[in-house]
Amino acid sequence: MTTEKTALSAIRKKFGDTLVDIHERNDRRVYITVNSIDLPAVCRFMYENLGGRLATASGVDMRSGIEILYHFMYPQEHRMITVRTKVKKPSPEIGSIGMFLPAAIWIEREIYDLLGVVFTNHPDPRRLVLADDWPDGVHPLRRDFKEFD
Amino acid sequence: MKRTVIPLGPFHPLLEEAEFFKLYVEGETVVDVDVRIGYMHRGIEKLSTLKTYDQSTFIVERICGICSTSHPIAYVLAVEDLGGFTVPDRAHYIRTIICELERIHSHLLWVGLAGHFIGYDTVFMWAWKYREPILDICEKLTGNRNHYAMMKPGGVRRDLNSDDFAWVQREMDKIIGEMEMLVGAVLDDPVLHARTKGIGVLTKEDAIAYGTVGPTVRASGIPDDIRTDDPYAAYDRIDWKVITWESGDVFGKAAVRLLEIIEAAKIIKQCLDAMPEGPIDAHIKSVPAGEGIGHAEAPRGEVFHYVRGDGGNSPIRHKIRAPSYVNIPSFKATCVGHTIADVALITAAVDPCYCCTERMAVLERGSDNIVMSGRELTECSRAATDRLKKDYGSPTPVELAVKKLLMKEKA
Repeated sequence: MTTEKTALSAIRKKFGDTLVDIHERNDRRVYITVNSIDLPAVCRFMYENLGGRLATASGVDMRSGIEILYHFMYPQEHRMITVRTKVKKPSPEIGSIGMFLPAAIWIEREIYDLLGVVFTNHPDPRRLVLADDWPDGVHPLRRDFKEFD
Repeated sequence: MKRTVIPLGPFHPLLEEAEFFKLYVEGETVVDVDVRIGYMHRGIEKLSTLKTYDQSTFIVERICGICSTSHPIAYVLAVEDLGGFTVPDRAHYIRTIICELERIHSHLLWVGLAGHFIGYDTVFMWAWKYREPILDICEKLTGNRNHYAMMKPGGVRRDLNSDDFAWVQREMDKIIGEMEMLVGAVLDDPVLHARTKGIGVLTKEDAIAYGTVGPTVRASGIPDDIRTDDPYAAYDRIDWKVITWESGDVFGKAAVRLLEIIEAAKIIKQCLDAMPEGPIDAHIKSVPAGEGIGHAEAPRGEVFHYVRGDGGNSPIRHKIRAPSYVNIPSFKATCVGHTIADVALITAAVDPCYCCTERMAVLERGSDNIVMSGRELTECSRAATDRLKKDYGSPTPVELAVKKLLMKEKA
């Protein structure tokens, strides 16, 4: 555990300039933007040192790239801190956090299914929600997805 | 020893979510668990981006038949977070009442099914008998036993009629009395203790690592509850407490649910007393560009919704995470080392996967030969209870309570 009062100030102190942006939207919602290379380290710190509970992760296709957001809940502070990063298309790739945080295993598999983001070092890189005979390289939540039969 | 694979699921008419469990067993003992989902992937996240903000409220209501108000409230909270909208006071209280009614009937449903699976059909009939008046209240207040369609971004869709309040208060008093009796009978029963204590223990560390939520995590002694962690509706204005249990086993999960029913009834009573007058809707005209997070405490745990908008009429991304999605992976931690008869109970304790125990079948590894059918496995669980019943002799507290109740009804 750290001596900093809040999770946010601890993250600030630990990572300082490597954070791209901190947006305190209101008392209960904070969004931190990081470079994709730093994301696993920041998440690891937020879970192992600050005791955050990973609610889930969201992936958003923003045309220019795919945004991935990890939502951590800090119950004592009544606050949700979201770590955001952007990975580049056409072959988005990012380090997995499932190795040290089992709560992320399923959601990372789902994001691979729906958005085609490859999580390197994932402990169990199988499909999760799409059918076994779903064609490779087709990801239904991509903006350029076309329905097919 | 020869390893056997037991497939569990994936479909059952009673299941609100379809899952498929593969149990690897050696003899009677489970050595590994693998879970597959996706059988009922309906593409609701995608569908929601094709509808307007208002229409999506109805779509997310169809995610789950039992948590039919938890998803809409998490979604409207996300939209309200996105746009920074304020909701009128009266709407907050109405939302709280509907959410707690849902918690009561959902937990009672679980208590009944739990009783059935361990061979206590009395508990099953009892719990479902008490559930019926709650559904009547839902129908009277909202027009429907389920799928109330009460939530909307900015408030609630319909007002409550204050003429009904006195009757609801009486019904709540009744359910509190009935539940206290049921809690006493169930939690004192030595057979139930022997059958559920120390079974499927989820440790604090595992509970955090798997990110589990709801009664599953609270039974492990962690007071995580969105109603206090990130208060919504009127939960921060009334007096209530988060129920926790230290043991982390099946018994703890049952105790948390039973006690939560009483707490929920008390919350409803306070809301009815404190119900403010005034508008019920903020009449949102348009939703700006931005992003919002909404989460709510459903009966099974935190429901999480993330909404991203670009200033248009519909969201460009809508991420939904239901509570079972994080509770189910924790089976890897809770089922290993237990017998097949207990696995039915352990999966049951988390709630959703309960009914699929009926579809369990034991298969020889590498072939499709069924060694043991689902029915036989349920029998397995019930026989374990029967053996215990014989050891403890009768009558058990549950049986005594039934006798008392019958005498009272006769008189």
